[in-house]
Amino acid sequence: MTKKIATRDAYGAALVELGQKNPAVVVLDADLSKSTKTYNFGQKYPNRFFNIGIAEQNMMGTAAGLASAGKIAFASTFAVFATGRVYDQIRNSIAYPRLNVKIGATHAGLTVGEDGASHQSIEDIALMRCLPNMTVFVPADSVETRAAVLAAAEFEGPVYIRLGRSEVPVLHDEANFHFVPGRAIKLREGKDAAIIACGIMVSAALEAAEQLANQGVSVQVLDVHTIKPLDVEAVVEAARTTGAVVTAEEHSINGGLGGAVAEALVENYPVIMRRVGVRDTFGESGKPQELLEKYGLTAPDLVRAVHEVLQRKVRGK
Amino acid sequence: MSEQTEKLAKLREQARQIRRHIVSMLGEAGSGHPGGSLSAADIVTALYFDVMRINPQNPDWPERDRFVLSKGHAAPLLYAALAERGYFPVENLRTLRRLGSPLQGHPDMRKVPGVEMSTGSLGQGLSAANGMAIAGKLDGKDYRVFVLLGDGEIEEGQVWEAAMAAAHYKLDNVTAFLDYNGLQIDGPIDVVMSAEPLADKWRAFGWDVQEIDGHDMEQILSAIARARETQGKPGIIIARTVKGKGVSFMENEVSWHGSAPKPEQVEKALADL
Ligand SMILES: Cc1ncc(C[n+]2csc(CCOP(=O)(O)OP(=O)(O)O)c2C)c(N)n1
Ligand SMILES: [Mg+2]
Repeated sequence: MTKKIATRDAYGAALVELGQKNPAVVVLDADLSKSTKTYNFGQKYPNRFFNIGIAEQNMMGTAAGLASAGKIAFASTFAVFATGRVYDQIRNSIAYPRLNVKIGATHAGLTVGEDGASHQSIEDIALMRCLPNMTVFVPADSVETRAAVLAAAEFEGPVYIRLGRSEVPVLHDEANFHFVPGRAIKLREGKDAAIIACGIMVSAALEAAEQLANQGVSVQVLDVHTIKPLDVEAVVEAARTTGAVVTAEEHSINGGLGGAVAEALVENYPVIMRRVGVRDTFGESGKPQELLEKYGLTAPDLVRAVHEVLQRKVRGK
Repeated sequence: MSEQTEKLAKLREQARQIRRHIVSMLGEAGSGHPGGSLSAADIVTALYFDVMRINPQNPDWPERDRFVLSKGHAAPLLYAALAERGYFPVENLRTLRRLGSPLQGHPDMRKVPGVEMSTGSLGQGLSAANGMAIAGKLDGKDYRVFVLLGDGEIEEGQVWEAAMAAAHYKLDNVTAFLDYNGLQIDGPIDVVMSAEPLADKWRAFGWDVQEIDGHDMEQILSAIARARETQGKPGIIIARTVKGKGVSFMENEVSWHGSAPKPEQVEKALADL
């Protein structure tokens, strides 16, 4: 069985590693440090860790001030509170002045689980993606998370890093992993259809591709760890090779990865397409796996979606 | 004349010059916010022309004192002070709010040298000032961070989040000014949203509080001097001001919050100044 690690755990570890390497790194949290795993950094580097209390707006503004004075400021809380709650602060105090703030948002998506809809962020990618100057990373596993965190610290400017609560399979090989921001990773070649996925849906996509291969359907899998800037070239390539695209994300079908891919394809290379994601509804309490099943975010759902686009491809619409 | 008297006279004259710029540039632009720019002119003049350790030739000097204009709509005041202080040519003030000008309607730190934080969405400047102050302490630098808040602006919850945090982190390198002109857009502060007792509120949040006449240069300077001495807590100077100060027909007139004077009104205003 593959090893499983939550991306928030990888985030916590990567921050500690980064703190060692770079004294300019500071970390802020809003009373969730044990959950977001910034706690580990706080233990190791107490004078570079700032608990701002349950005051997310002030946390984002303080991070902006720290960044303006030369710090690389990582600010963390749950994705719902790290985006919607502080949208204007991110927009006006971070994105507009292009400050070096990295938002490490954990507990994104439905897999928060039992806490329910108030805590399940399904619109954060959309919110962050439409802000000028913002880079958006949605890592699929622990290896990608570490790489994304280290990469974020390497360049000047705001970054949103979307992380999860639940353990997810480790897909990449740490030793041979090469992460380039804005460059999607083709995890599987295929000619009949392409699944373009991000975050936890990448492993579901691989599973679906395997099942489809057994049925004689050849599916390409693209891991889009950077939603913005989107790797338009890779997306168009996938569309050109297969003529049928399914997007997969643990996020609303509106405005997230599916939206970004649809925009890119409509302008460059329109093909038959289906977006798999949360279908414009809030979530609810439940076990993560139960929620993924109920809201149609499993490998079998992707298999069905691929069959659907293949039928439409044959019909030509 | 004693040295001090001479200094005060010079600062008052500088403030007058800045007020003239504010009126002229707003007249030229045809839009913008005169009331709150004029009310804080003496405070900002004191900061830029006496108090702050800055170097206009090297605006990013790491040791510099910082000023955050949290009430970003008073941008004309900040621009006038920066231009007079030599950050950019005074002639550029005429481009306020024009397409392509660095002098945006609200300050953009990426476009104008000397602007420390992009502001305009109220309630966010104190948080940024806190961040700068924390960074200063981390780096062992002794720069100070000044921030100007509006009395309507402090209705924003974020201000109080930041107030709590500044005291918690003992940011004695932060000095805030409250431009207590008594007016916001929809009318007098106490009609729109009661704020009093203001001094008590800040004190309860752990701040050192001083109350002054915000148009009295001597009081402004001595309050800042005392704030410098205060250790272990941030300081706020609640400055009683008159919105529109210096222009007779604008003083205490809520309608002059966000409308620019017409050419003949500019003439009249300049005559007052
Ligand atoms: C978050 C936010 N809400 C509303 C506004 C619109 N606005 C601009 S100025 C202003 C009134 C500000 O009053 P005050 O802080 O007293 O400023 P002053 O009197 O010094 O001009 C308002 C509501 C804004 N800029 N930002
Ligand atoms: Mg006011």
